[in-house]
Amino acid sequence: MIRFENVGLRYGTGPEVLGDLNFSVDPQSFQFLTGPSGAGKTTLMRLMLLSLRPTRGKIQVFGQDSAALSKNDLTTLRRRIGAVFQDFRLLDHLTTYENVALPLRAMGREESGYRAEVVELLRWVGLGDRMNASPPVLSGGEKQRAAIARALIVRPELLLADEPTGNVDPGLARRLLRLFMELHRLGTAVVIATHDLQLMDQFGFARRLVVGGGKLTILDGSPP
Amino acid sequence: MNEPIVDPVRAVEQEPAFESHARLIPGDSVAGRALVVVIAIMTFLACLTAGAALLVADASQAWRSDVLREATIQVKPRTGVDVDGVVAKAVAIAAKSPGVEAAQALSKTESEKLLEPWLGAGLDLSQLPIPRVILVRLRGQRPEDLPKLRAALASAVPEADLDDHRAWATRLGAMADAIVTLAAGLFVLMIVAMGTAIGFATRGAMAGNREIVEVLHLVGATDAFIAREFQTHFRRLGFRGAAIGGFAAIAFFATASLLSFWWAGSPGDAEMAAMFGSFALRFSGYLALVAVCVIVTLLTGFLSREIVMRHLKTLQ
Repeated sequence: MIRFENVGLRYGTGPEVLGDLNFSVDPQSFQFLTGPSGAGKTTLMRLMLLSLRPTRGKIQVFGQDSAALSKNDLTTLRRRIGAVFQDFRLLDHLTTYENVALPLRAMGREESGYRAEVVELLRWVGLGDRMNASPPVLSGGEKQRAAIARALIVRPELLLADEPTGNVDPGLARRLLRLFMELHRLGTAVVIATHDLQLMDQFGFARRLVVGGGKLTILDGSPP
Repeated sequence: MNEPIVDPVRAVEQEPAFESHARLIPGDSVAGRALVVVIAIMTFLACLTAGAALLVADASQAWRSDVLREATIQVKPRTGVDVDGVVAKAVAIAAKSPGVEAAQALSKTESEKLLEPWLGAGLDLSQLPIPRVILVRLRGQRPEDLPKLRAALASAVPEADLDDHRAWATRLGAMADAIVTLAAGLFVLMIVAMGTAIGFATRGAMAGNREIVEVLHLVGATDAFIAREFQTHFRRLGFRGAAIGGFAAIAFFATASLLSFWWAGSPGDAEMAAMFGSFALRFSGYLALVAVCVIVTLLTGFLSREIVMRHLKTLQ
């Protein structure tokens, strides 16, 4: 699904912030991306989302070499990936409903065809009564859930979530993780960036990609 | 991986009322309002230019038509010649000439009156050899009839000169054409200036909405989709500006037309009427102003789309 071969990244002429990355994300797999703050988790997520280009090495996404992708190919691939950003990246002038529906609208679908889906998902993440609220009036946890709903609405083959439970209470965090597990069960590959050890311990079977010192270490999960 | 994660049927059953489908590019910004004002002013000026050009073109057409339907025979008085007899002879020849509708001689007094604008009123001009004038009304604008009349006059009345006014009409026409060409040039310049303003505004909007463009890219929007959103946004602004400017221009011409009726007969009215006719745009003129507004609206949308597409191509 995603394959990194000797990937390195540097900004400008500075030192490499990430180097010698060799790993793959298999279909229907579940893994955590972890490491200390500032280690490069978000950068690695952005490389996987193809919003950053590596300075060396090769990244394959859904079997295609990222270096050879046209803009249209990139758009097509991004529609198969759901992303939850650490800073949410919700559009402030749109309502919660419109933010969640945005990927479907960008795909050119008619609103009458997706309205029910969006409403149901918003209810599921506990935002049923906040559909008309705009992000500036949402709490951090509500923004988090709206961002997650936006990533899930396209039923992605790969979900990249950057600290998806960072702003929610433990109860909702468990619910959201159950949702990720449900997606995983239905066939979605999931990558969750977190430094919440307790959370990772609840999913001992999951593989851990540990970023530190610009390098990546892979720890396989224990069998369920 | 296409299995639905929600149950749409259940969702529809419980669907609440809510607002949706806002514009992806925020519509009401300071830059947007400024652009509406710029487009309104430029559209107003473009419509004024176009309207003035149409008025001058119409008036010029009317002058030329009037002037070319008339000719003048001038009879110069000579010592020992019976001027009245020569004039009567010339009138008779002209009246019989093909293509002539009527020929009418001005009396001596009427001929002297023609000099009043230059010499002033109340002078005794009886001692001056003032030429006598015969007005010839032609049936149409057939230039081939005039040489026959000229030849007939030359052989029978050598004291008579025929002036077909064509040199005068040509000069008037050239002047009117120059005014219309100048107006067309001004119109093009205004459209170019408006296009430049739209270009700056589009680039500004792209910079101001960078976050939106990024998010749209990340959720899988194509460049064409993003450009379409910007195009819709700017076409809406263009329409508002063009409607305001166009309406103001139409109101201006309608008011000017009304005022020209009120001012009829006042000093200077004749000069204004000569230049702009009755100062009344025809229905087709008002349609042309509406067409200017439509062009401005479409141009705004088209230019913004092109600029956005170019900008997006440069993004990694």
